[in-house]
Amino acid sequence: MTETTQPARPPVWPMYRSLVGIGVLCAVLIVLVFDGTRPIIARNRAEALERAVFTVLPDATRRVTFALVDERRFEPVTNGSGSLLHAGFDADDRLVGVAVEAGGMGYADTISLLYGYSPAAETIVGMQVLTSKETPGLGDKIQTDEDFLANFAALDVKLDETGTTLRHRIETVKQGTKSEPWQIDGITGATISSEAIGDILAASSAYWVPLIRRRLEDLETGGIDAAP
Amino acid sequence: MPLPDLPPTTPTDEFVKGLWRENPVFVQVLGMCPVLAVSNSAVNALAMGLATTFVMLMSNLLVSSLRNFIPKQVRIASYILIIATFVTIVDYVIAAISLELYNALGAFISLIVVNCLILGRAEAFASKHGIGMAALDALGMGIGFTVALLCLGGVREILGSGSLFGVALFPEAFQPWVVMILPGGGFFTLAGWLLLINYLKERREAASVMLQETPE
Repeated sequence: MTETTQPARPPVWPMYRSLVGIGVLCAVLIVLVFDGTRPIIARNRAEALERAVFTVLPDATRRVTFALVDERRFEPVTNGSGSLLHAGFDADDRLVGVAVEAGGMGYADTISLLYGYSPAAETIVGMQVLTSKETPGLGDKIQTDEDFLANFAALDVKLDETGTTLRHRIETVKQGTKSEPWQIDGITGATISSEAIGDILAASSAYWVPLIRRRLEDLETGGIDAAP
Repeated sequence: MPLPDLPPTTPTDEFVKGLWRENPVFVQVLGMCPVLAVSNSAVNALAMGLATTFVMLMSNLLVSSLRNFIPKQVRIASYILIIATFVTIVDYVIAAISLELYNALGAFISLIVVNCLILGRAEAFASKHGIGMAALDALGMGIGFTVALLCLGGVREILGSGSLFGVALFPEAFQPWVVMILPGGGFFTLAGWLLLINYLKERREAASVMLQETPE
């Protein structure tokens, strides 16, 4: 009969001590850095949004953020979340437009964007992509192609007689074939990305434009009350 | 039981080896995921290189100082925990420095955790050497990695976008080779650099053999 020697079991306490100790140390480090950078990151995001609002509403000099309350009316908020709109006012406190955040699926990942709507002209007056992971050199032309961005200087979003739906839904057409003011001239080589922008704008404007038109007064008076 | 320390070498040697002789990208061919994915522009390459260097330096320092405290059965788990912590820190710091850069690097910041180069240095070097040597090793490897990324990012940006660090280099008529900033371009550029570096190495070795064989 032969006896086999069992390998000695490693002591458990050093392993436990080492993993828990390193875990606690790492947790403390992460919390410290998170706390230290949080206000800076929040400020960066607010500044990026601020810049984007004034890009899509070129005539605005001041902005007031509104939240949709009870899906019926708009109220000014200082820092809210959920469905937010940014109303832009000029130096004479006149409402020049409303910047709306929208998002949807692109080619690589979701695209989020901000567009400016002018209630007076009933058109979209500007669009800026906030985040996108579209293919560099192809899909990311939705952010850089000047001809494509020119589509959003005056994109028709007029309402029909009932005031509840758009007269024409925004659509993306093949590059060089735009013939109507509600059409977006697409980008060859970035077909899916440019169509995604059209779809995002179409869905968002169909929801928001009738709401904004109906409660325009909330935005006009609310903005003046919130003036500094 | 902690791993035994290896015999000491010169500090200069530990620092310099990562730059050329054991360059992580061109010689060891490690960490290919960020090398190919984020080298589509020089700025992205530089940022990813610096972020990786920072994570490697900090994790090497911590692993080296805790090397007598971590039992070998749980060492890999401990190293990953340490590396993940510094990657999270880098993630927050980059978002605080520039949101634009943060958006450009995207998911690849988090993926520094699984860069085998960093775990490799912790396991093969920092766990067997003192703090000073571990720091020099991480700095050398990190700088070697950053330079290699810049070599790729520079070529790809010049050919693919006609610019370097965002500054346009060619007249308007230049038609950029879009393929260079797509994934395929990463492989082409890496292959080109590997070819060049291996050619130079072989020529150097052949020259030294010739020198030895030449009678006095």
